[in-house]
Amino acid sequence: MSEPVVEFRHISMQFPGVLANDDISLTVNKGEVFALVGENGAGKSTLMNLLYGIYTPTGGEIYIRGRRVERYNPKYAIDQGVGMVHQHFMLVPSFTAAQNIVMRKEPKKLGLFYDNAEAIRQTRALVEEYGLEVDPTEKVADLSVGLQQRVEILKALYRGADILILDEPTAVLTPQETDELFAVLRRIVAEKQMTVILITHKLGEVMAISDRVGVMRKGRLVNVKNTSEVDQRQIASMMVGRPVLYEALEKTGTPGELRIEVAHLRCLDERGLPAVRDLSLSVRSGEVLGIAAVEGNGQSELIEAIAGMQHIESGSVKICGKDVTNRSPAEIRAAGLAHVPEDRLATGLSAEASVGENLLTGRQREKRFRKAFDFLDRSSVARYAGELYERFDIRGAGVDAAAGDMSGGNMQKVVIAREFNFDTPVLIIAQPTRGVDVGAIEFIHSRIIEKRNAGCAILLCSADLDEVFRLSDRIVTIYEGRVTGEFVTDQVTREEVGYYMTGAREVAQ
Amino acid sequence: MNDILGRIFSAGTFQQMLRSATPVALAAIGGSMTEHAGIMNIGMDGMILMGAFFAVLGSFLFQSAMAGLALTLGVGLIVGLFFALLVVKFKSDEFIIGCALNTFALGLTGYLSDSVFGASGAKGNPSLLVVRLPFLRKIPFIGTVLNGQSILVWVTVVLMVIMWVFVYKTPHGFWLRASGEKPETLRTAGISPERMKWIASILCGLFCALAGAYLSLGQLSGTFSKGMSNSRGYIAFACVIFAAAHPGKAYLAALMFGFFDAIGMRLQAYVSSELTQMIPYIITILMMIYVVVRQNNRRRAPRKLQGMAKS
Ligand SMILES: Nc1ncnc2c1ncn2[C@@H]1O[C@H](COP(=O)(O)OP(=O)(O)OP(=O)(O)O)[C@@H](O)[C@H]1O
Ligand SMILES: [Mg+2]
Repeated sequence: MSEPVVEFRHISMQFPGVLANDDISLTVNKGEVFALVGENGAGKSTLMNLLYGIYTPTGGEIYIRGRRVERYNPKYAIDQGVGMVHQHFMLVPSFTAAQNIVMRKEPKKLGLFYDNAEAIRQTRALVEEYGLEVDPTEKVADLSVGLQQRVEILKALYRGADILILDEPTAVLTPQETDELFAVLRRIVAEKQMTVILITHKLGEVMAISDRVGVMRKGRLVNVKNTSEVDQRQIASMMVGRPVLYEALEKTGTPGELRIEVAHLRCLDERGLPAVRDLSLSVRSGEVLGIAAVEGNGQSELIEAIAGMQHIESGSVKICGKDVTNRSPAEIRAAGLAHVPEDRLATGLSAEASVGENLLTGRQREKRFRKAFDFLDRSSVARYAGELYERFDIRGAGVDAAAGDMSGGNMQKVVIAREFNFDTPVLIIAQPTRGVDVGAIEFIHSRIIEKRNAGCAILLCSADLDEVFRLSDRIVTIYEGRVTGEFVTDQVTREEVGYYMTGAREVAQ
Repeated sequence: MNDILGRIFSAGTFQQMLRSATPVALAAIGGSMTEHAGIMNIGMDGMILMGAFFAVLGSFLFQSAMAGLALTLGVGLIVGLFFALLVVKFKSDEFIIGCALNTFALGLTGYLSDSVFGASGAKGNPSLLVVRLPFLRKIPFIGTVLNGQSILVWVTVVLMVIMWVFVYKTPHGFWLRASGEKPETLRTAGISPERMKWIASILCGLFCALAGAYLSLGQLSGTFSKGMSNSRGYIAFACVIFAAAHPGKAYLAALMFGFFDAIGMRLQAYVSSELTQMIPYIITILMMIYVVVRQNNRRRAPRKLQGMAKS
């Protein structure tokens, strides 16, 4: 059973200014599910990118099936049977699922032309074999994230991978999709003797699926254990280096005046189909309203409509009493709204800009960042960014590094830091802790409640039901673009909310 | 009035349409390649100008149009390589490099033309084959339009189809598009997106060289005059954007340009030529307005912008 397939020997990876991996030695065995955990920026993605040949290690060696890796490039890794599903998907949006899956080994007609029928046939065969249902002819841009991930997995399998690396695969999945994914992983491990390396921040998942777990901290591998011998609390404290207590969040104050009023809202999705249908809700100051919904039920469009990034067909949105229906994001922000968008890479950040510039975004016009002749005052910008960087415990190569080079969780912290620091009366937060480590989740949660207690009106949307329950005062369930139920958090159970989320029950409005 | 319309929509107009459209179409097909690879290539005008000059130079030196074509393709290859070296390898700003290329081409060809041909310019060198097919002469309208066109007019149609098939029906075409839309996807598949960008730049260099060769050796007999590309590279770029880099649609856009250009020439008999010469540029602006309106209509969610982001 313990036949080694991958061996890292004294692996180090030095980026400019960051030692991302520090002398790591680790063996992964054939047919096991190995979980890799650690704080944001601990170096998990980097270690796996080395195995996949994206970077060349600055020290040490990797062995795959006993053979030393000679060249570090993805082509070599793919030929050795390594497949990787990246934290941020590597799919071409305008291509079909099949086109993405067969990329590089496209079936050909006459040795020259792409054989579409054959690509579809082969994709269907893979879909059958592994039970990963996807329509090969659908464009990737039109697929939900859950389906996009299946395309990624199928792509690795098509290339003949038997060592499958998954970098935070469940961060963007609904609980049901996660269950389905795990069922597939279990099957490929049991039936095909594949090896799975799984990076995750959800310790429940580590317990549920892995055989062994490796813990990384600040570039080092600090511990490797059999999963059966540890519990979640122990893993968490190994990761952070101190005990992590999920303290009860202290909520104080009473809700005040209406700050967000959404009335009879209707929006269309990207394909022009109704996404939000006659939806009304309201949030008062000093309360958190949580939206519980399965991905793709209109909650993303709702949030974007409120933030001014989505056209409103009919209905109205008021922020702090001011009608902002179909206004620009800038006008809506001026009315008192800050917004943590769900997709940090596409809408939350500018990947090419530096961390400092990202933190400053939206404040460039402020007097204190200006000097003579309206030039940006670099030193006060640096001071401001540095202070936020510290306060929100962002970890990376400092404020001057490109935001796109940061670890996923730290990108999220940059967005949170910027938006929370606007001190607006209204906050809209989508997926606040997607891909964020346990320690940082604790931190972000207490910041959110701090805002609430200070009288901010908060609309929260999260795929993580536990998070919705933990933070919200009230919960609304949305199904197919309509509100199906509204509850006071303490007076409802998760199961009940689950029924309303899936449309099995509905409160007549 | 009928008389005027008859003159405007005569076979001669459509004949001229093909003549005006062909160099723009060739450059637009080449520009579609760089556009797909995520390179904003505004240097096409310079590439065309160099193509025109070196075609004549070859034709003059070897007294053969084919030699001119070969020389200009060679130079086009080098220009494409040079463009890729700066833009892909050294990651310089493509806009600046494009501008520089246009200015450089203007200066270089002007200087070389003066020193080789003297002030009066190059005239009367061997020009490219003109296709006259006997059976075409029998078809009334179409025969007049198609007969007597340069071989390059026909070659352009063939190349358009080939590039169309290449981009949308072959794996390499897919990789080319992926290199512009999402280069990391290629890199993680073990394909170098930079290589695809090199290929695109070289193809664009070759196509623009052909466009230039048509200008100097295709219509008049082996003539070069300074700045003879006359902003066709920019119009080609507009066609690329208008066609969303689809070679077939880019060809149609070029035909549209050619049509209005031809009408403009006809109208010169009736209105001042200053006005009629504006027509192609007005068309270009209208095309751009159409593109903006189309984008606005499509843009429901800003997420769409993701696909358009540059590497
Ligand atoms: N291409 C790069 N250039 C420079 N620094 C980098 C690069 N990639 C990663 N880093 C740095 O290396 C460190 C480790 O990053 P890595 O992405 O491996 O973290 P991670 O453990 O995957 O974190 P997360 O859980 O947030 O995804 C971080 O400090 C990051 O800023
Ligand atoms: Mg990571």
